[in-house]
Amino acid sequence: MDLTYTAEEEEFRARLREWLAKTLPALPPKPSLGDWPGRRAYDLGWQRTLYDAGYAGLHWPLDAGGRGATPVQHLIYLEETEKAGAPYVGANFVGLLHAGPTIAAEGTTEQRARWLPPVLRGEEVWCQGFSEPDAGSDLAALRTRAWRDGDDYVVSGSKIWTSHAEVADWCELLVRTDPDAPRHRGISWLAMSMDAPGITVRPLRTLAGSAEFAEVFLDEVRIPVAHRVGAENDGWRVTMVTLSYERGTAFVGEVVACRRVLGELAHAARGNGRWDDPALRRWLGRLNAEFRALWRLTQWNVSEAERTGGVPGVGGSVFKLRYSHARQELYDAAAEVLGPEALDLEQEWTRDRLTSLSYTIAAGTSQIQRNIVAERILGLPKGR
Amino acid sequence: MDFQLTEDQRALRDGVRALLAGRFGPEALRTAVARGGRGLDRALWRELGEAGFFSLRLPEADGGVGLGLPEAVLAFEEAGRVLLPGPLVATHLAAGEVAGAATGETVVTAVYGGLVEWLDESDAVRDGAGGPAGDGAAGAVPLTSVDPLTPLHRVPGTFPTDPTAHAGPVGDTGPTGPPRPPDHLATLLTAAEQLGNAARTCERAVQHARTRQQFGQPIGAFQAVKHLCARMLVRVELARAAVYAAAVTADPMDIAAARLLADDAAVRGARDCLQVHGGMGFTWESDVHLYLKRAWVRTRRGGSATVSEELLARDLVAGAGR
Ligand SMILES: Cc1cc2nc3c(=O)[nH]c(=O)nc-3n(C[C@H](O)[C@H](O)[C@H](O)COP(=O)(O)OP(=O)(O)OC[C@H]3O[C@@H](n4cnc5c(N)ncnc54)[C@H](O)[C@@H]3O)c2cc1C
Repeated sequence: MDLTYTAEEEEFRARLREWLAKTLPALPPKPSLGDWPGRRAYDLGWQRTLYDAGYAGLHWPLDAGGRGATPVQHLIYLEETEKAGAPYVGANFVGLLHAGPTIAAEGTTEQRARWLPPVLRGEEVWCQGFSEPDAGSDLAALRTRAWRDGDDYVVSGSKIWTSHAEVADWCELLVRTDPDAPRHRGISWLAMSMDAPGITVRPLRTLAGSAEFAEVFLDEVRIPVAHRVGAENDGWRVTMVTLSYERGTAFVGEVVACRRVLGELAHAARGNGRWDDPALRRWLGRLNAEFRALWRLTQWNVSEAERTGGVPGVGGSVFKLRYSHARQELYDAAAEVLGPEALDLEQEWTRDRLTSLSYTIAAGTSQIQRNIVAERILGLPKGR
Repeated sequence: MDFQLTEDQRALRDGVRALLAGRFGPEALRTAVARGGRGLDRALWRELGEAGFFSLRLPEADGGVGLGLPEAVLAFEEAGRVLLPGPLVATHLAAGEVAGAATGETVVTAVYGGLVEWLDESDAVRDGAGGPAGDGAAGAVPLTSVDPLTPLHRVPGTFPTDPTAHAGPVGDTGPTGPPRPPDHLATLLTAAEQLGNAARTCERAVQHARTRQQFGQPIGAFQAVKHLCARMLVRVELARAAVYAAAVTADPMDIAAARLLADDAAVRGARDCLQVHGGMGFTWESDVHLYLKRAWVRTRRGGSATVSEELLARDLVAGAGR
């Protein structure tokens, strides 16, 4: 067990740090929360900046246009960008963290050439059309239907909770291509252009007040058969690849953010006198233990990935389970520190607290994650 | 960075596991319980000494094995898994300091948080706060220990009744009046035992959940049981990452964090294991209660948990704002 970084890794860190120090001050101001076109432009701009500096798609394989970085280098990248306060992936989340890697792993040469470079260059935004009104946790219950018509699929149905749908260019879409097959066997994974006729996007307002996600209605939308990734009716297997990326590394940088927030919180408590409350102080101490341990677990998982060299495994579920609850608790502690201010929506803390309520739901609810841990790691039997 | 066990570390862990399986299996555990915590198995103690359990971190020049804290933590995790009785941590820490401790000839105990384990069976008593050995156990009175495998004495007047008394306000110049430091190494090795305890109760709960049938199916197919087990595993894995990291860095803050997570994993894990076993879990016959009782005893070794929490709280405001 070794927690020291190699000279090479330290050099990578030093170069990145230097680049961040000179690049970040020149960034334009962040657009306001409700300004979707502004946020899209800002997120794509940051991606372009990364691309020009050679940091785009760091963890993508070389033959997919990425940098082929090791998992440890990727960890260092996430740690340093977060510490420096660099922009979050934002609207590029789906493209960079799961649609891109899925196409890199499962797509044809033409598909990789068509879709991967624009993601890396910050030219196209992707969204994820998996969930449906009657198929959330039970994703395989999806009903959006696709018929073959010549070289196209004709798709009708509806998707829900689609993050960034309003500003996306492409959608990783799950459709049912064989309604008679057993439910996991009749699904296909398609790349849908969000400009295609027949698509209606209706923004949904989240409890935080903003329109982060949307409902997407599909009325006889034509999607070329050539835009299918993986074989027809083999979409469930491709989806599992996507989900393993989604749950694998997506939250690493956020642990670093939580540790920073916790430090800020302690200083705020010192400033307003709440620090004198021993119960609150100890609560913050316990949260410190929690996030230190989560960071160590991250290092453990990354080291394991580096040794096995594969797709991130179910260990991501163990991490996500504890992390999502810890982060919600962090904001509960923040509310104790802030007192009345915690009810003021103008406070960033308050908005973050509201946002954090989704962490135990999105990307698989805690209940579903516990099923995964129990059945796939512990080998407990499936039940009804 | 390569935060995974090395080949040698795996081999060491497997070796200790095999040794303990042969020498302190379920039968031996039951025999020890039947003896009611009287009579520490001196032969076993010497065998552990011969195998290098106590001299693991002693330099080879001094007759030790010359390994480090990570290896010691792996060995103590294994001891925790099988509920190996005796003042293992105190004797290990006395190796090289108290004659005969390294070889297992001498049994050394220590005063931790006002409690002394195995006092009547020990040859020497250390000061658990890391000070020199003395008559720290003078006036100790026996308790009827909750753990049938850990006889306990109570040292009057040494229990810090108000932990905050040790953790005064933090001044602008930084922390002042730090809490009385517990012996960090004792805390860490105890956390390793708690980790082993937690991992074992998780395995046992899962084993039982796979085989015990109710309503025509294994109880592990019921989500309520499944989720109990999943929570146990998540606590174990997080504690493991924290304990191993603390062994690598030996940083007092990492140790304080590891201790809190390992205590939590051990105590809650044992309770959940008991729950999964149903009525059988509440019997003396099943070993499940032993894991819970030992976990309780160990929670007191690192001083009160609130002291660790205070240390970690101070860490958040120490330095220039981070
Ligand atoms: C902020 C946010 C962003 C999202 N972004 C996207 C996106 O971009 N694209 C996309 O496709 N989806 C997205 N989702 C959808 C998300 O994946 C689903 O909300 C989630 O999988 C849960 O599905 P559901 O909402 O239908 O809840 P349901 O499945 O109806 O679950 C309701 C409750 O029942 C519980 N439950 C359900 N089944 C079981 C079971 N078998 N055992 C125990 N408990 C169970 C759940 O845990 C939950 O508590 C997003 C969600 C949120 C909150």
